[in-house]
Amino acid sequence: MSLSYSNYTNSPCAACKFLRRKCTSDCVFAPYFPPEEPLKFANVHRIFGASNVSKILHEVAPHQREDAVNSLAYEAEARLKDPVYGCVGAISVLQREVLRLQRELEETNVDLMRYASCLGGETSAYGGRRG
Amino acid sequence: MSFAHREPQNPKRRKMASSSTNSPCAACKFLRRKCQPECVFAPYFPPDQPQKFANVHKVFGASNVTKLLNELHPSQREDAVNSLAYEADMRLRDPVYGCVGVISLLQHQLRQLQIDLSCAKSELSKYQSLGILAATHQSLGINLLAGANADGSTTATVRDHHYHHHQFFPREQMFGGLDVPTGNNYDGGILAIGQISQFQQPRAAAGDDGRRTVDPS
Repeated sequence: MSLSYSNYTNSPCAACKFLRRKCTSDCVFAPYFPPEEPLKFANVHRIFGASNVSKILHEVAPHQREDAVNSLAYEAEARLKDPVYGCVGAISVLQREVLRLQRELEETNVDLMRYASCLGGETSAYGGRRG
Repeated sequence: MSFAHREPQNPKRRKMASSSTNSPCAACKFLRRKCQPECVFAPYFPPDQPQKFANVHKVFGASNVTKLLNELHPSQREDAVNSLAYEADMRLRDPVYGCVGVISLLQHQLRQLQIDLSCAKSELSKYQSLGILAATHQSLGINLLAGANADGSTTATVRDHHYHHHQFFPREQMFGGLDVPTGNNYDGGILAIGQISQFQQPRAAAGDDGRRTVDPS
């Protein structure tokens, strides 16, 4: 666990290293920003700021903090790569793709219905169930 | 939350509006400071949308937003602010996953749609083959559905096809157990998704075409 690691080896977490402060045993960042991943905190700090991240971590339950940090790191990285749209650009692309596939599926469904109707007409097997 | 694309406001006109009416922008109002003519926030945080800046400030902080905006060309700042506002809104609604939750959901929808489409097309191709065979047999005077009774009553095969069709028809089944409104009636956390396409054409995020697989767990 990073917390123990920080205590016993006196190695500050990536956050405290970045912020040039002592990494205490109750450091909220330590479990999620290991010293071997300095860029993760640097990115998050640049986009969100350390105090905002700290507030977010304190607002979520401890078992959710790792996911929260990872999603913040993802968003920060996306924003640094695309300063205008960040991860919203990815959402836009995915949304368009979903709409495209929905339309294609609807068209395929219509074709299937058409074939089903044709079969019903030829064999009268669907009878009253047609439509 | 809506951020349908609109033409970038003329910053000079907005500056004049702020100066001549002494109405501070939402950012300066929030920060309780004088709204200067050169205020970087004024064009993008109008006083009638206080929540927009409040959210962005809470998640990103005013100084970070200032730095981000100053690094961009003025023509890009409106889109940047709107995407930041969207991210901030998502993060406040879902403090654990924020926008990443939306991406994950969309990826799941996409995978499910791909599966459904693949099945539907496979079913369609069977019917198309059946149709070709029927036409061929008809011309040869052969009744393809030999399993059917002479009076034309249904057979198990036909029923199975009918059942498979209904699997693809109900739209809600396309989204499985996801709590996602169908059609274009997006609401709540993904309200803005239906309107994102009105944005200018975004560059692909993260240098790819958005097909990053996200595993927030």
